[in-house]
Amino acid sequence: MRYIEPHAHMVSRTTDDYQKLAIAGCEVLCEPAFWAGFDRASAQGFHDYFRQLTEYEPKRAEKFGIKHFCWLCINPKEADDPVFAREVMSLIPDFLEKKTVLGIGEIGLNKNTRNELTIFEEHVQIALMHDLPILIHTPHLEDKKKGTKLILDALGNFSALNREKVIIDHVEEHTAAMVLEQGYWAGMTLYPESKCTPNRAIDMLETLGSDRLWLNSACDWGISDPLAVPKCAIEMKKREHSAAFIEKVVYENPARFLAQAKNFSL
Amino acid sequence: MPDKKKIADLHFMDARCKLIDLAAFFDRMDRHEGAADYRDQALRAALPILLENRGDRAKAVLDFLSDESSELLESAPFQGAFGAPMPEKGGAA
Repeated sequence: MRYIEPHAHMVSRTTDDYQKLAIAGCEVLCEPAFWAGFDRASAQGFHDYFRQLTEYEPKRAEKFGIKHFCWLCINPKEADDPVFAREVMSLIPDFLEKKTVLGIGEIGLNKNTRNELTIFEEHVQIALMHDLPILIHTPHLEDKKKGTKLILDALGNFSALNREKVIIDHVEEHTAAMVLEQGYWAGMTLYPESKCTPNRAIDMLETLGSDRLWLNSACDWGISDPLAVPKCAIEMKKREHSAAFIEKVVYENPARFLAQAKNFSL
Repeated sequence: MPDKKKIADLHFMDARCKLIDLAAFFDRMDRHEGAADYRDQALRAALPILLENRGDRAKAVLDFLSDESSELLESAPFQGAFGAPMPEKGGAA
């Protein structure tokens, strides 16, 4: 089975994980910029991180026949200081010249603060200026519903925004419908403890439809599973979904969304 | 699509395991010393949702465990989240 992993933080994973992904059928992997588990002390730290995403990880993935793309931003956990955030954001335009950059992400909210929202909106403006797709992180656990509503309200103020070029990630049963109803794509993250289990994600595919949804592992430095997407595909097969349906969800859907980025290719 | 028996064949044991684990968690919380915890209370308060005659119980539980306020915070009090709204935000007291 071939599939696309549209959200993985490989800077936190071992080379053995690339090997496992390749064996499982992963052909393309996309890595959003994120919080590394600690707050970086300077914008230079982000410069090095953006070099890692655009120069080093594509080469590491290529050794296993996997195409690696990335998204750039300052993540919401480090965006509560707007002066620091803008210093990091000033680095982004130069990196947009790199041939594996897809767009702006994962931006969004963490604790639903005023500064996080301001920096989120400034990121959206950068994406609009450069005609880039956007990948949006929604907050964790009890903060997710409120944060998703705030994000949708903020996006609604951008009249020039093409909603089909925006994916709102980490949806669950209480946020998926509101995202899809407003014309955005939605991502379901398969985590062992939080976000979605494989069978809950399949439930949502069955009840909400599969046209603008993708699955991802969002594997990182925490409790997460880089093989979550192919494992979910096995669960879909056990629930008697066809091979064509599974291919649509794990390959064709992410390919269709990502094809809107000018640097994306299969 | 699979019928109810097939779904039960696939998922009953997993659901049974999680239900017993939840019961054991409540026993464990009751057995140990200390003040009542809002997260434990939130889980117990959500249990009646499971017996409601509706097709969106998972959504209803997630709604119940969500911060339903709408105002922006002036600054982040901390970076993480705990899984249930704190009592001052409308969670179980």
